[in-house]
Amino acid sequence: MATNNKKIEVERIVIKFAGDSGDGMQLSGTQFSDVAAILGNDLATFPDFPSEIRAPQGTIAGVSGFQVHIGHADINTSGDMADVLVALNPAALEYNLKHVKPGGTIVLDSDSFNAKAFKKAKLTTNRLEDGSLDGFIVVEAPVTTQCRLTLKETGLDSKTIDKTRNQFITGLLAYMFNRDIKLSEDFITSKFAKKPSIADANIKILRAGYNFADTIEVLSTTYIVLPNENKSGKYRNIMGNTATAWGLMAAAEKSGLNFFLGSYPITPATEILAELSKHKSLNIKTFQAEDEIAGINSAIGAAYAGNLAVTTTSGPGLSLKSEALGLACITELPLVIVNVMRGGPSTGLPTKTEQTDLLQSLWGRNGEAPIPVIAASSPADCFDYAYAATKMAVEHMTPVILHTDSYLGNGSGLWKIPNMDDMPSITPKIAKANADYLPFERDENFVRTWAWPGTEGNEHRVGGLEKLDGKGSVSHDPENHALMTTLRAAKIDKIADSYPAQHVYGDQEGDLLIVGWGSSHGVLYDAFSEVKENSDAKIGFTNFNYIFPLPNDTADIFKKYKRILVCELNSGQFANHLRYSLPEFDYEKYNKIEAQPFMVSELKDKFNEILEAK
Amino acid sequence: MTEIKQYTRKDFVSDQEVKWCAGCGDFSILASIQNTLPEIGVKKENLVFVSGIGCSSRFPYYVDTYGFHGIHGRAAAIASGVKLANPELSVWIMSGDGDSMAIGGNHFIHILRRNLDVNYILFNNQIYGLTKGQYSPTTPLGQKTKTSPFGTIEHPFKPGELAMGAEGTFFARAVDTNPKEMKEIFIEAAKHKGASLVEVLQNCVIFNNNTHKEITDKVTRADNQIYIKHGEKMLFGKDKEKGLVLEGLKIKSVTIGEDGYTMDDILVHDAKAEDNTMAFLLARMSLPELPVAVGVIRAYKTHTYNDLMELQISDVQGKSKIKNMTDLINSGNTFEL
Repeated sequence: MATNNKKIEVERIVIKFAGDSGDGMQLSGTQFSDVAAILGNDLATFPDFPSEIRAPQGTIAGVSGFQVHIGHADINTSGDMADVLVALNPAALEYNLKHVKPGGTIVLDSDSFNAKAFKKAKLTTNRLEDGSLDGFIVVEAPVTTQCRLTLKETGLDSKTIDKTRNQFITGLLAYMFNRDIKLSEDFITSKFAKKPSIADANIKILRAGYNFADTIEVLSTTYIVLPNENKSGKYRNIMGNTATAWGLMAAAEKSGLNFFLGSYPITPATEILAELSKHKSLNIKTFQAEDEIAGINSAIGAAYAGNLAVTTTSGPGLSLKSEALGLACITELPLVIVNVMRGGPSTGLPTKTEQTDLLQSLWGRNGEAPIPVIAASSPADCFDYAYAATKMAVEHMTPVILHTDSYLGNGSGLWKIPNMDDMPSITPKIAKANADYLPFERDENFVRTWAWPGTEGNEHRVGGLEKLDGKGSVSHDPENHALMTTLRAAKIDKIADSYPAQHVYGDQEGDLLIVGWGSSHGVLYDAFSEVKENSDAKIGFTNFNYIFPLPNDTADIFKKYKRILVCELNSGQFANHLRYSLPEFDYEKYNKIEAQPFMVSELKDKFNEILEAK
Repeated sequence: MTEIKQYTRKDFVSDQEVKWCAGCGDFSILASIQNTLPEIGVKKENLVFVSGIGCSSRFPYYVDTYGFHGIHGRAAAIASGVKLANPELSVWIMSGDGDSMAIGGNHFIHILRRNLDVNYILFNNQIYGLTKGQYSPTTPLGQKTKTSPFGTIEHPFKPGELAMGAEGTFFARAVDTNPKEMKEIFIEAAKHKGASLVEVLQNCVIFNNNTHKEITDKVTRADNQIYIKHGEKMLFGKDKEKGLVLEGLKIKSVTIGEDGYTMDDILVHDAKAEDNTMAFLLARMSLPELPVAVGVIRAYKTHTYNDLMELQISDVQGKSKIKNMTDLINSGNTFEL
């Protein structure tokens, strides 16, 4: 290791990997974050990729990105602006330049900055020469040439060689962050275990990148990110969609129920279906249905037959499932609907993130069909809320909608591996054989008993027609309909009694309460913490995971603050829900509708503006 | 195996008043099903009737078994979940031509393609009855209905052709006027491992009365219907004097002893053939050139989706080191902080 540079300890650092889709930027990002986890850093990641699998090469539309935020400090978001940008072509630089901190480092493949590439990216100017990069530390590395030279003797074709460029960058960054190169080598060895020649080539390039960085003088400063000391125990880096799948499976194991997923591929929820379909060894049944409608209806059939039934989707799919949600509601069967939100309306922005399906999930059904709605708030806690949704569904005999979103589903963070023995119990109410069973007889929580086909003596019919209270035969009686509508609503309202207390960070009363829901927890928390540190104002922050019914203590919290600011990635859907549910309070709104997560900086500006205006 | 109680028809009659119109063909189908169930060797608690929306879809309320009255067109999807959740169950889908051929067309072809082990009874009265008389996807071209006052301009589906196109493994046709045959056919459907589709030509006395009259009428039925059975010659007519022969890619109706045709020329029905070309030709026969085929037209035995799913699970369970969630969440890359 070179001795002529200066090593600086940093609390946190944000790195953005950007290149063509196909350049291996997602892999480099994962590799960088996995090594960070081994080194004890806290972390969060977020991929940012185009919806096309291979958009035209070299174009701005084809830029694929992966952002990693690692820290000695606690990491709650994938980060605002990048400290380090890796750009493998001019389009990647063009697309990401505005997201690099002033004074930040830009690592680029200088070989790719040529007239042909500028034409593909439709650029009229060369950023390397027009002064745009003044004020940044620019590391121009001839990555393509170096890779071709390094692997000249291997006999590999140039296409295969060019695919190793990402490892040159990884090697360079390993040097820049004072990392043991062995850790990156191990990642490659395991990734390409079945292709030893490719693994060897990548390791050669990794070392070439490392040595290049050691040789050139432009890296006068290298960085050290010490381990995070607030976290201890056994962790893994987990993507939100994986955590969701595992939470559902954990609930199946805990409840003793067989698991059934009826689903249809849709971005950005497909990974949940793919993950669950891997786990046949745990008796996980996955049914890739012919459409979204068959996905949910097969799940309803499985729920009737006594399985823990789930369907997974994203916004457009949730629209298609609406009618069947009503069926699950009126038949009072347990069902978990996971909705990984994306930009809408219609096909919208399939790979981007938004919180715009909230009102659809609350109201998007014919008739009065109340269905609980909950939302996860970090990639790791997708596990907990998937588990909670399942517990709620089977213990209260109701469909439950769980919202995550593209940011959580595709993002990752450290997850403390739980002990399965410590997970809360899940106890479905299942009818025993010959129980003089009445399908719509209810307990003190208005919950009916679940009777499975195959159980002697409990033969009964359910369906979409209104049913007589208790006995469950078809009924068009006006008073019975009023009673059943009221009972269905009362059953859902009662669920709030089982919630944990709604947590409020910071001042428990005072000037301003910042309110969020679901996935903006991390970024709102960081912005709140930074503003609070530099302010005399009394500020609280609370983030909702339980959306409908709202927690019982919501009004008690709200009444202790002068102002309430509801921040969300839509035009004010949660604020509307609060206005409808608790009209006695005034709600101010802060909204972002760019199909991108909030940034800490913009939230801080807004909070400060409100505090100064008082 | 535990002893299965000897049931009678009465065991399958529910306490619900049957609310179809007097004279509806559905009554005969209901009675035939209730007569079939005691003879298929399935415990009552293992029977599940699933339906969509339409007159026929009220069926589950009238059979004293487990039942699910679903939403329009989705019976096949709901039934798929029921069967996969518990493969021990005997699952019966009760659906009409509107429910299965129009709004539920997609689920219809896919459940057949997958060959899920269910029984699918398709009540084909060629009209929307519950909504009071609009044309359906099986209504003959040109027929005047509430929504086609000048006659339909749509070419109708033949459910059997769709079933063959979807590689369905079992297709039979029955008529609501012949409960005895209907029961025989339902029993065959129940026995078949795979998706058993039975099209019942059913009369809607109110909105499409006599739509199948040419086929079912006592006077004409001997000439206009052919009841085909596996391994037997395809003969019809009052005295079985007529039969079917294959000429080129066409089935032809001939009279034995006329035009040089002898009994040896008459086709023998092979319902079990893997190739479904002949079944397709039989399924699409229609008046006036050819009699309409009833009976089991195709019953090809192959693996079912539900069997393969169970097989794959036990296969992977035998090989995998991951035996429970604790194994899974601690597998792969983990870090001690």
